[in-house]
Amino acid sequence: MTKAGSTLEAATAPVRAVRLPRRRGVELSLLVLAVLLSVYGYCAVGLARSGTVPPGAVGYGAGLGVLALFAHIAVRIRAPYADPLPLPIGVLLNGLGLVLIYRLDLETPGDRAAPTQLVWSTLGVGLFIGVVLVLRDHRTLQRYAYVCVVAALVLLALPILFPAVNGARIWIRIAGFSIQPGEFAKVLLAVFFAAYLAANRSALAYTGRRLWRLQFPTGRVLGPILTIWLVSVGVLVLERDLGTSLLFFGLFVVLLYVATGRTGWIAVGLLLAVLGAVAVGRLEPHVGGRIEDWLHPFATIDAGQGPNQLAQSLFAFAAGGILGTGLGLGHSTLIGFATKSDFILATAGEELGLAGLAAIVLLYALLVERGYRAGLALREPFGRLLAVGLASIVALQVFVIAGGVTGLIPLTGMAMPFLAQGGSSVVTNWAIVALLVRVSDSARSQYDGREAP
Amino acid sequence: MTEYGPLPDGGRPMARYIRHARAFCALLLAALLANAARVQVVRSHEYDGNTANRRAAIARYQQPRGNILVDGRPVTGSVDTGEQLRYERSYADGPLYAPVTGFASQRYGTTFLEHTEDGLLSGTDPLLRPLPLWSDVSRARGRGGDVVTTLNRRAQEAAYRGLAGRKGAVAAVEPATGRILALVTSPSYDPSELSGNSEAVVSAWDRLNHDPEKPMLNRAVRQTYPPGSTFKVVTAAAALDAGVVTDLDERTDSPDPYRLPGTTTRLTNEGDGCADASVRDAFEWSCNTVFAKLGVDVGVRDMVATAQAFGFNDTEVRIPFSVAPSTFDPHVDRAQLALSSIGQYNTRATPLQMAMVAAAVADGGVLRPPYLVERTTRHGGALLSGSGARPGRQVMRPATAARLAELMAGVVQEGTGTNAALPGVLVGGKTGTAQHGVGNTGVPYAWFVSWAQSEDAPEPEVAVAVVVEDAAADRGEISGGGTAAPIAKEVMRAVLGG
Repeated sequence: MTKAGSTLEAATAPVRAVRLPRRRGVELSLLVLAVLLSVYGYCAVGLARSGTVPPGAVGYGAGLGVLALFAHIAVRIRAPYADPLPLPIGVLLNGLGLVLIYRLDLETPGDRAAPTQLVWSTLGVGLFIGVVLVLRDHRTLQRYAYVCVVAALVLLALPILFPAVNGARIWIRIAGFSIQPGEFAKVLLAVFFAAYLAANRSALAYTGRRLWRLQFPTGRVLGPILTIWLVSVGVLVLERDLGTSLLFFGLFVVLLYVATGRTGWIAVGLLLAVLGAVAVGRLEPHVGGRIEDWLHPFATIDAGQGPNQLAQSLFAFAAGGILGTGLGLGHSTLIGFATKSDFILATAGEELGLAGLAAIVLLYALLVERGYRAGLALREPFGRLLAVGLASIVALQVFVIAGGVTGLIPLTGMAMPFLAQGGSSVVTNWAIVALLVRVSDSARSQYDGREAP
Repeated sequence: MTEYGPLPDGGRPMARYIRHARAFCALLLAALLANAARVQVVRSHEYDGNTANRRAAIARYQQPRGNILVDGRPVTGSVDTGEQLRYERSYADGPLYAPVTGFASQRYGTTFLEHTEDGLLSGTDPLLRPLPLWSDVSRARGRGGDVVTTLNRRAQEAAYRGLAGRKGAVAAVEPATGRILALVTSPSYDPSELSGNSEAVVSAWDRLNHDPEKPMLNRAVRQTYPPGSTFKVVTAAAALDAGVVTDLDERTDSPDPYRLPGTTTRLTNEGDGCADASVRDAFEWSCNTVFAKLGVDVGVRDMVATAQAFGFNDTEVRIPFSVAPSTFDPHVDRAQLALSSIGQYNTRATPLQMAMVAAAVADGGVLRPPYLVERTTRHGGALLSGSGARPGRQVMRPATAARLAELMAGVVQEGTGTNAALPGVLVGGKTGTAQHGVGNTGVPYAWFVSWAQSEDAPEPEVAVAVVVEDAAADRGEISGGGTAAPIAKEVMRAVLGG
């Protein structure tokens, strides 16, 4: 039925009257700007700390520039109509993340994370280039939906076999590298959700009974959503990873709503989410403690035990004020553990201020918006759902971790996309940007004059 | 099919849901920004001021602290520890200047000049900002300024050397200005022991606070003593100003022993010849009976008025750190007034207060409020603010002051204070021995207050008060003139450049 619908649509679509400009020159200019901004940040750190431009500045700028250039060439060759924004945004956020990690490395001379992060960033851009070059049409992925979900579940289950690190069982260690398989699972699940919902949305939308103004699904189609809910709770309980389970569930509910337009799904989703959160919050002291910290961030200070991480994070943001202390001049290292990963945004908040933080959030918002724009422009449901899913991953992830470190919601361990230390995360985010580029290329090259991408 | 609502296929309806989802994502990110504004702007002051937030401390110790100067040379310094709280305070001659500088500890805060001048020394004083608005934006913290004190290094050293570790204190002021030339307490401590934040600092703090000798007590300004016979200067001033005494050499009607009014208690003297002695003789030989009766004759109202004019009962004295109020009880009966008038009962004075009494006599009856800070400067020496000098006030008639000066000079020339005499210098003084403790069993306090004027000088250049708590065990010997007067002499000699 889905196939018939789209075929019909393709047949009746008007002949393209206009060709959209390719905008590759815009992309290149923005890439140059992104690299220059990153190098400027790198130099600013060195100038603030030692009064000299750091010796690696040229190398850093050249490296980032070459990576950006290769990515740009790949886009030029294989996705000439792609949206010109996602790639420069990815480069700028990644570059800024490297600057922040380099800056924090100065406080921990024995533990340098920036070089490793640079290697992972290179791998990430490599993956981006690979995806753009190899994946000629995103609809190919639809065929591998069930491969994707099996791979995602295996990746999610893997860390259970490995020892817990800092209370969460989300890492596996291979040959000295820490890998977070859950990160990769995000993209795979987004692909699966998009494919599954594209194929089944009619069944999901048209069955069920109406209660008050909400349309509730029948028990038969409730199965998949319950399965996903159980997986999320399973991840939460077995791996103590509140953030990832929240992300999966939020992603599924958003895609379900977009696919069916049924508000009942949202009601069911919220109900299940609340049930799961309450149950786990009661049963898991690790999660319960996070909620307690969120409600009373200064409780440990009052108890004479000194500020906890969240309190230190709030202090860091507050110290930044509107304009920030300047790169290299803050004291976000007081947060202690995870300053370079989960709490990286606190360094941005302290040293770049609310102004810098707002700029970063707007960059994410722009990336998300471009994803949604591609989704709106596409005419076939899988592509639409994939674009919406990928964009929503970014939005939800930014909300969950940034909201956590600023005390808006309970803190959950998660990586700030592109900024935070963590190889798996940065590679995954490059995959997301690559898919967005691919999807937007389809959207813009198939422009039918109706919904401007 | 239409009964189930619009078809979600075919583009447009799904586009609507996508827009809803997009609005939801926009809402999430907007909530983030709103919350960030709450944390970074609305509540930032509250978070910045949280006691558990170390940023204020880090910023405070990020740069060298300004210095405190004596005779143009810093007596303080800053040591770069390379730690998170980077600069620690150091002191040259710490114990010598401790009652002036106080300490500046990363753990225990600040005291004395380190406390009252902290904004300047640490660089937060708004005066230090060259461009106020730009400084707010750039968050540049001004380099700490310097505090130039009024102290005289030689006088300070002479006083400290003179006390030689005995419990006591010395205060010296310049009568014509109120500049404090010496402020010494003994035993003292080295404030650099408290500078840092380490375990050693904690143990030093515990040790100093539990030391029975109380080395951190600033005896010169924060401890009051019964002033004993040195208070007779105040009593004599009241008697002369009130007209109770008109001729210093006229014999008074003073029995020896003197029965305290309304009691059977008899007041005696240590020496003989005090019965009906003239005020001059009674002052030179420190007759308790004569001055006790004199106080009673003056009456409580005039005695209190004179004492308060000298600075007694003033709780607001700042030099710039606060000085413990010296007391003269206005609610006394006649017997208590008799004892109060010879510096006993509950009359109490700080050494600085008694130096002010001597200074007022030396300055023609004008009392200049004492001060320690000559001026403050930026790092590098540019003047920020001038001296702490405030206008003096006439506390007794000039004629009274002149006759008191005559009496005090007599004490040094031929009375109990000959130990303070300096060749070629006009010195006036008054000895005192104050008893304390239950049944006067405590070790007496030996007092000496004095002033000195070089032959060629227009007016006295220094007034001193010395108190020694645990003088020689021999009580007869402890009459101020024996133990305290030599210390005062050395301090005066140091100031006069002898």
